[in-house]
Amino acid sequence: MQISMTINGTDVTREIEPRVLLVHFIRDDLRLTGTHWGCDTTNCGTCVVLMDGQPVKSCTVLAAMADGHTITTVEGLAHGATLDPVQQGFMEEHGLQCGFCTPGMMLTARALLDHNPHPEPLEIREAISGQICRCTGYATIVRSIQWAAEHPAGAAPETTTSESTEHEVHA
Amino acid sequence: MTILEDRPSNPAAGDHDRPIGHGRMQRKEDPRFVRGKGRYVDDIVLPGMLHGAILRAPVAHARLVSIDTSEALAHPKVLAVITGTDLQALGLAWAPTLSMDVQAVLVTDKVRFQGQEVAFVVAEDRYAARDALELIQVEYDVLPPVVDARKAMDPGAPVIRDDLPGRTDNHIFDWEAGDKAETDAVFASADVVVKQEIVYPRVHPAPMETCGAVADFDPIDGRLTLYETTQAPHAHRTLFAMVSGIPEHKIRVVSPDIGGGFGNKVGIYPGYILAVVGSIVTGKPVKWVEDRSENLMSTSFARDYIMQGEIAATKDGKILALRTNVLADHGAFNATAQPTKYPAGFFHIFTGSYDLAAAHCTVTGVYTNKAPGGVAYACSFRVTEAVYLVERMVDILARKLDMDPAELRLKNFIRKEQFPYANKTGWEYDSGDYEPTMRLSMKMAGYDELRREQKEKRERGELMGIGISFFTETVGAGPRKDMDILGLGMADGAELRIHPTGKAVVRISVQSQGQGHETTFAQIVAEEIGIPPEDIDVVHGDTDQTPFGLGTYGSRSTPVSGAAVALVARKVREKARFIAAAMLETRPEDLEWEKGRWFVKGDPSVGKTMAEIAMGAHGTVALPEGIDGNLDAEVTYDPPNLTFPFGAYICVVDVDPGTGHVKVRRFIAVDDCGTRINPMIIEGQIHGGLTDGVGMALMEIIEFDDEGNCLGGSFMDYLIPTAMEVPDWETGFTVTPSPHHPIGAKGVGESATVGSPPAVVNAVVDALTPFGVVHMDMPCTPARVWEAMQGGTRPPV
Repeated sequence: MQISMTINGTDVTREIEPRVLLVHFIRDDLRLTGTHWGCDTTNCGTCVVLMDGQPVKSCTVLAAMADGHTITTVEGLAHGATLDPVQQGFMEEHGLQCGFCTPGMMLTARALLDHNPHPEPLEIREAISGQICRCTGYATIVRSIQWAAEHPAGAAPETTTSESTEHEVHA
Repeated sequence: MTILEDRPSNPAAGDHDRPIGHGRMQRKEDPRFVRGKGRYVDDIVLPGMLHGAILRAPVAHARLVSIDTSEALAHPKVLAVITGTDLQALGLAWAPTLSMDVQAVLVTDKVRFQGQEVAFVVAEDRYAARDALELIQVEYDVLPPVVDARKAMDPGAPVIRDDLPGRTDNHIFDWEAGDKAETDAVFASADVVVKQEIVYPRVHPAPMETCGAVADFDPIDGRLTLYETTQAPHAHRTLFAMVSGIPEHKIRVVSPDIGGGFGNKVGIYPGYILAVVGSIVTGKPVKWVEDRSENLMSTSFARDYIMQGEIAATKDGKILALRTNVLADHGAFNATAQPTKYPAGFFHIFTGSYDLAAAHCTVTGVYTNKAPGGVAYACSFRVTEAVYLVERMVDILARKLDMDPAELRLKNFIRKEQFPYANKTGWEYDSGDYEPTMRLSMKMAGYDELRREQKEKRERGELMGIGISFFTETVGAGPRKDMDILGLGMADGAELRIHPTGKAVVRISVQSQGQGHETTFAQIVAEEIGIPPEDIDVVHGDTDQTPFGLGTYGSRSTPVSGAAVALVARKVREKARFIAAAMLETRPEDLEWEKGRWFVKGDPSVGKTMAEIAMGAHGTVALPEGIDGNLDAEVTYDPPNLTFPFGAYICVVDVDPGTGHVKVRRFIAVDDCGTRINPMIIEGQIHGGLTDGVGMALMEIIEFDDEGNCLGGSFMDYLIPTAMEVPDWETGFTVTPSPHHPIGAKGVGESATVGSPPAVVNAVVDALTPFGVVHMDMPCTPARVWEAMQGGTRPPV
């Protein structure tokens, strides 16, 4: 069957098998490999993309169901060379380690901030509670999203040494 | 340009508390990850690439009667179906494990665990490969399984490994450490002895990226390129050469970006070998990526130790001795990954952080009809089990003596002046200063106030618990004379080249699965030679581009490879001294080093920066005799000892008396990993491990039913903490450098995974004190906590 959708601002039309999952369509047909796959049961959320601005688990959406819709993947988050504040926040606050859950986490964060520009920490935790990170323990992801909320215009891109506060206590 | 910190590189020179190499800096790897440009195994697409899928056994124990692949082979998109019989013809049906056992690549005779590999399909796309699995007809003759390790040695128990000549039972090994007679004597005369069976259930590392490989065999020049989810690319290359017969110089193993490892990606799984066989058979690249159920059901699990713990003490709370007998469930093949001499890993550090008069442990390993593995999930080669045992036993003793658990620990710590400390089971702890670390955690927690709050709440019938854990790790395997894996000594190499313009590349043998090696190793070089970290590229994960070494697991990257990198940088710095002397027409001994330049003693205005020296080294300056051109060096580091990081953890929980639900309200973690490199990355490592610990303590378990069916085979059943189950971590640190590591650093990657489970369980048990609960086994799920409140839980199987 033929499907058409807008992905990261570009219109695409492809012939697909009706059973193809959106995650495989994005990864294998469109070669946008920033969207990951991590479980068989809609639990892990590494496959989260935005469909018409709402986070969806693309392993649980048939590509055919996305026909006529607008999809944003991690590759569509930045505006040219300018990172989305969420992307910048994840770098500033160490919101990622292996990077596998990161695209999904960032897209959920983007959708959250679009609807709620100043979320409380608990609201952030609830927003990402459908996604699993094995590396970070979530606190730095919460801080990353808070950083994005506090810097809606992003930050000067040349910073490599962060000015963020230390969180640890020393004797 | 970043301003370099002026920090002496010798930790003995003082100023330990300042992190090295610029301290907190953003990670060099992050720009690609936040743009979705990481390159994981499943992102790799080669021209003409095919896809493999594995047919797995639906039962735990069964004779293989027949396999009919004809219908699958007739599928229009299927190119090959490989069975155990096919592999037998190639001599590849069985592969060596990392514990000197063998494991079936595909079943030839008998299925030995549910999910075992039975056949491999190679097809044009991943959907077709899965479709074809459904077309393979297999007949099994089901046998009774051995599920409970306690029954594995029963007379008449089914013999799982009848493939091994002469095998008549399910026994794998007996191992012991410490002095039994001495320990028994101390126990016999002690005022107080407490005993407890403590089970560390089977859990799974479950990295977000499952295991996979892309194999590309070139039949013309006989060259194999293997992209693999591996934490040990060099060791894998050697093992593939030994197994496949492909000469080692014709094998290139590439471990690209890895989506988490935690020990899950150390072993060689049948799927990797099958991808290679598939590529050889079809003449095309073959990708195999397992699904989540395959990951949870067939790849390396962790723990599964049944421990009989005993602790002896005086009545006023001086701990005298520890002893334990352990029954270790290794599954159907002995495939644990640990140094050869240590079949129970480093479990014999179960003496913990305490100054004991005696200690003794025995470990018996048995086969069961479960997936193989055992050493994984950030365990530091079984230090997790050891720390859990001692820290639970100390709490149980505190209850028996009616002492505060913090006070009991403080009373029994190895004292600062006793380091280096020889424990009773053969370890030499390199450095430690436990009391300040413990005191800091108590101060951060407001320990006395918490106890007051708990007392008030108990009077109101509310269940609040405070749990303490103080752990000592042993990481950085290891000295080559003692430690090898399949005969490969556990050393690591590093190569450093300074380019003519003063930019550098350092090549290392360890591989990152998220630990940030591209940043921290650049920081170590920056500290040593004064080039900013952003001017230093770290190359890793490709055997064609990096020196040999054993890889990243057991928190060994910083202790071993970090030392190699510091030493290779010092070697380059020393070479630069001779070149600078030639450029300045002076003697090397007249030069002094500071902040990235060699200058003339007494005249700092006359000197050469590293960039100037690099250009000189590659230019036409006449070099002194014995100094060749270019500015580079290589080293292999053989650590003289392991490093012994430690920490004090305090967990505060609230238990719902109506449902048994445990809420982790606070978690305070004070870690000491010696000299710190990037505090941001260290904090991240700690946070991740604490989350593992909460997961294991409260949620995670791989259980089996009586037929050997795996009950934890998906994320619907194997529960991992989300952001809602963990608190905002409160972290602190002390700094006690390692005396033998070149920069004083110790490993930290697994500290929190090792140290946190007992803190959580101690808190839960503490909360349940009004119900008379002295111990409960993990995981402390609502149902199990509720059972404990009613009088007891069953031990997990």
